[in-house]
Amino acid sequence: MSVRALEALKNRFGDVVVETHSDWGDDTAVVKAESWKEVCRFLRDDPSMAFDMPVDLCAVDFPERSPRFEIVLHLYSVGKRQRLRLKARVGDAEGDDAAIDSVTDVWVGVNWYERETYDLMGIQFKGHPDLRRILMYPEFEGHPLRKDYPANKTQPLVPYRTEEEAGLTLDKQAPFGIDEGMPFGRRTFDERDN
Amino acid sequence: MEPIDLDLEESELELPSEPMHLNMGPSHPAMHGTVRIVLELSGETIVKSDVQIGYLHRGFEKMCERGTWTQVFPYVDRLNYVSPMLNNVGYALAVEKMCDIQVPDRCQWYRMILGELARISDHLTCNGAMAMELGAFTPFLWYIKAREMVWDILEEETGARLTHSFGRIGGMASPPTPALKEMCRTAIPAILKLVEEGEGMLLKNRIFIDRLEGIGNISQKDAIALSWTGPCLRSTGVPYDVRKAHPYLKYDEVDFDVPVGTSGDNMDRFLVRLGELRQSARIILQACDRMPDDGPVNVDDPRVILPAKGDVYTTIEATIQHFKLVMEGAKVPKGECYSYTEGGNGELGFYLVSDGTGTPWRVRIRPPCFPITQGLSDLINGGMLSDIVPTFGSLNMIGGECDH
Repeated sequence: MSVRALEALKNRFGDVVVETHSDWGDDTAVVKAESWKEVCRFLRDDPSMAFDMPVDLCAVDFPERSPRFEIVLHLYSVGKRQRLRLKARVGDAEGDDAAIDSVTDVWVGVNWYERETYDLMGIQFKGHPDLRRILMYPEFEGHPLRKDYPANKTQPLVPYRTEEEAGLTLDKQAPFGIDEGMPFGRRTFDERDN
Repeated sequence: MEPIDLDLEESELELPSEPMHLNMGPSHPAMHGTVRIVLELSGETIVKSDVQIGYLHRGFEKMCERGTWTQVFPYVDRLNYVSPMLNNVGYALAVEKMCDIQVPDRCQWYRMILGELARISDHLTCNGAMAMELGAFTPFLWYIKAREMVWDILEEETGARLTHSFGRIGGMASPPTPALKEMCRTAIPAILKLVEEGEGMLLKNRIFIDRLEGIGNISQKDAIALSWTGPCLRSTGVPYDVRKAHPYLKYDEVDFDVPVGTSGDNMDRFLVRLGELRQSARIILQACDRMPDDGPVNVDDPRVILPAKGDVYTTIEATIQHFKLVMEGAKVPKGECYSYTEGGNGELGFYLVSDGTGTPWRVRIRPPCFPITQGLSDLINGGMLSDIVPTFGSLNMIGGECDH
């Protein structure tokens, strides 16, 4: 459907487009992170592309890869009824320096998506007008959707009671064990050396 | 007793001139308990607003990475909890797209009937609650009465009123009950009659009209740039409906219209939902006429569908298949795919990344409410404080979906 868009991207940007595929009919282009904003602007403004709706923006964590994160942007053109998935790869093994240009001034609608991606994956969006946490509380430490963040880790704002404070025997002592709470956990990523 | 006619100095009577800050929510009844709006007011006019969500964040995406592909179904029920069936169908279709599975015709019609019932329930709840927040309690009861009929059918079919967990990869948990068609054909006229009565109470009411017309306007261009979809986008006049633009299941074989508004205000959003509800009723009746009464509901694919219980007890192949499906989960081919359906609030998308095992590597939901709630600030800025209630109500923010 929007294979034309992939061809146009390759012709226009050449080496910036790292790879393309159309698995399951979803046309995908992986571009270099430094050209992210330029490519987005082209996709919105070029009359043959006209991707005016940013459907979704999220990130996927691949701890064993370098760069570690994939930022995934789904675009839709309401007028031309075509879709495109745009990806960029950022971040080192630690994930500390994961950063990419914000595209809030291209589509105003990605504002919250970028905040969510920053909140849950820890990717910095350079130039974002208001990069705050959105789903987690401000005191939260870490980024929960990263694979090395344990799913059963608790960060209580009010500390758990000890048995002395409670004055009675508590059947559950915090922090709960690895096999409690989520017994169906099938994978653990302990410091990425699983 | 203290005298109350104290001589106050004039300076104390002057109202402060700096803007007033006000927290609306999360415990405000109209804020669903999950949204907080920090407002800066000048008199009764909103100067600035900061919408904060996240009070209901339950880690949906993190939880999905811990179980099998099938174990995601109970979680998707709890996203948009007024139309759980649409989420079930949406997720099932997404995984089937990755496995290259096409469910049998009977199942497609069945999914359409259940999905459209859920859509009716969604729109009834939204419009009823919106009216109730403006003080119209009777229409709310009428709409809830109609929704009850929808839920009775869903309960008969799935065994649960709210969290059905009825979808399966490659089919449904059980085939349609023999009474499904009869129940639909009986209930739909009754539902439409109740909707009409509620509508009559509201659309001739001067207070209701004044609170909705011309409030919370948004232009087509802004709505698209904000990534709005569903009734909220259609109320601005953009006829984008996934069922029409990119048909899935059997939507290209049924006859229905896409209601659109003109000005994108609260009234348009209210009317578009009422229009869609009637179109859903049309779809259900057509699907009832065309759904075969017998035939398979689940695909005949041992990779994803559990074998018959009798076979599990009697043959070793079925025992192994059952064991592997339960313990390891259905193996979804390696790769990534984005599948989108028309949910109650707009485009419900699932972006799935698989590493070829029985556990999802990443399940990303594209919740339609999320970008819609993002636009709330633009709608209420410059308006009156009391207009937040109908505007927010007309967006149909569902906490479970917005905060996933």
